[in-house]
Amino acid sequence: MFARFSLMTTQVPGDALVSLKAVNKHYGQLHVLKDINLNVRKGEVVVVIGPSGSGKSTLCRAINRLETIDDGKIAIDGKELPEEGKELAKLRADVGMVFQSFNLFAHKTILENVTLGPIKVKGVPKAQADKDAMALLERVGVGHQAPKLPAQLSGGQQQRVAIARALAMKPKVMLFDEPTSALDPEMINEVLDVMIQLAKEGMTMIVVTHEMGFARKAADRVVFMADGQIVEDATPEEFFTNPQSNRAKDFLSKLLTH
Amino acid sequence: MEVIIENLPLYWEGLLRTLFLSVVSGIIALILGTLLAAARVSPVAALRGFSTVYVEILRNTPLTIAFFFAAIVLPRLGVTFQQFEVAAIIALSAYTAAFIAEAVRSGVNSVPLGQAEAARSIGMKFGQVLNLIILPQALRTVIPPLINILIALVKNSSVAGAFFVLELFGYGRQMANANGDQVMAVLLGVAFFYLLLTIPLGILASTVERKVAIAR
Repeated sequence: MFARFSLMTTQVPGDALVSLKAVNKHYGQLHVLKDINLNVRKGEVVVVIGPSGSGKSTLCRAINRLETIDDGKIAIDGKELPEEGKELAKLRADVGMVFQSFNLFAHKTILENVTLGPIKVKGVPKAQADKDAMALLERVGVGHQAPKLPAQLSGGQQQRVAIARALAMKPKVMLFDEPTSALDPEMINEVLDVMIQLAKEGMTMIVVTHEMGFARKAADRVVFMADGQIVEDATPEEFFTNPQSNRAKDFLSKLLTH
Repeated sequence: MEVIIENLPLYWEGLLRTLFLSVVSGIIALILGTLLAAARVSPVAALRGFSTVYVEILRNTPLTIAFFFAAIVLPRLGVTFQQFEVAAIIALSAYTAAFIAEAVRSGVNSVPLGQAEAARSIGMKFGQVLNLIILPQALRTVIPPLINILIALVKNSSVAGAFFVLELFGYGRQMANANGDQVMAVLLGVAFFYLLLTIPLGILASTVERKVAIAR
C-alpha cells in the first residue's frame, strides 16, 4: 500500500497500467483537456472529481478512445492507444467501461448483454459464457433477472448489469463515467456497494463521480479537475481534510454546505 | 370490362414480370442500400463521401434518367446485355438503393449513440457493432419506411414498360394499342393489378409497425 502515499513525481511510468502524458484536447475553441499527466498503477482506485464541465468525463472517455485526443500519449499496460481498427478493438476489450446512462443493449436480454462480448469478441463457447455470466450476475445481485430485457429493470439493476457486462471481458482496468449520476437516490448505494466490493478485490479503477462517500471509502487517490486541468492529486485523507488549491477549497465548501 | 377478362393471361404474365422485376431489384437494392448506409456511418471518410455523393445524385434525379443511363449509356461503355430487363433491374435497384440507404441511415441514427459506444467499449469491431447492435435495433424503425420504398419500387418498375420490357405496364400499352376503343378499361385493369401487389405491402407495413415497437 505504498501507492497510497507516493507523490506523482515519484511514480515510474513503466510501472503504470494506465498512463496519460501531456494529453490535450479541444472542442473547437474550448480547451477541455489541458496538458493532462496521470499514471494509474495496477490495483489502484483513482477517483476523479470536479465541477461539471471540468473535463473529467472527457478524460475518462479518452482512456479507451471514445474521445480522440489532439496530442499527448495515452498508454494501457505499456501499449499506446492505436488508431481506430482491429488493434483498438482488442485493447478496448481489456478496458471495462461503465456509462452514466447504462447503455445496456436494448434488444438483448440481461444474460445476452453479458455474454455477447465474451462470445463475439473473445470466442468463448456459449455454454461457458452463459455460466460465467450467471456467476457475474449473481455476484452483482441480479441473477434472477437474467431472462428479462433491460427496460424491465430499475436503473440501479441496469447499472449493476452494465458492471457485470464489463467484468465479463476480464478487463485489466475499469472506467466508470459518473455511474450513479442518472440514478434515483435509493438506488445509488446498491451500485456503490458493488463498486466498493470490486475495489476491495483489487480491481484497477478510474471512477468519475460526485459521490464523495465513495471517494473516502474506496479511493487510493483523488484527482481533482477544474477547467480541463488536474489541480490536485492526493490521497482522499489529504484532499478532503487539507486541500491545497483555492479551486478545490471552493468546490469542497460548496459540497459541505448543502 | 370484357377486354380485361379476354386478356387475363396477358395481365397475369405482366403481373408476374412486374413481381419479378420488383423482387429482384428490391433484394439488390436492400443489399446495396444497406452497404451504402454502412459506408455513410463508417469511420472511413472516403466511404462516407462516396456514399453521400451516390445517394444525393440518384435520389435527386428522375428515375427515367437512371433508365436511360442503364439502357443506353452503359451499352456504349461496353456493358452490354441480351435483354432490356437487365438494364431495368440495374436502373431500378441503383435508384431504389439510394432511398433505402437514407431510410437505413435514419434508422441507424435513431439508435442512441450510447449503444454503439457500449459495444465498442467491450471490444467489438465496426462490423460487429453494426450487425449485432445497431442494425437489429434500427430495423424496427426502418421497416415501415422501407416498405413504403418497396411500394414505390413496384410502381416505379412501370417505367421499364417504356424501355421495351414487357411487364404489367408494357403489356397494358400493348393491350391499349390493340383495343383502341377500350383504353380506359385496359388501364383500369392495369391499375387493379398494381393494387393487387401494393395494397398487401401496405397492410404488411402497418402490421409490422405495430409488432416491432421496442421498449427502452
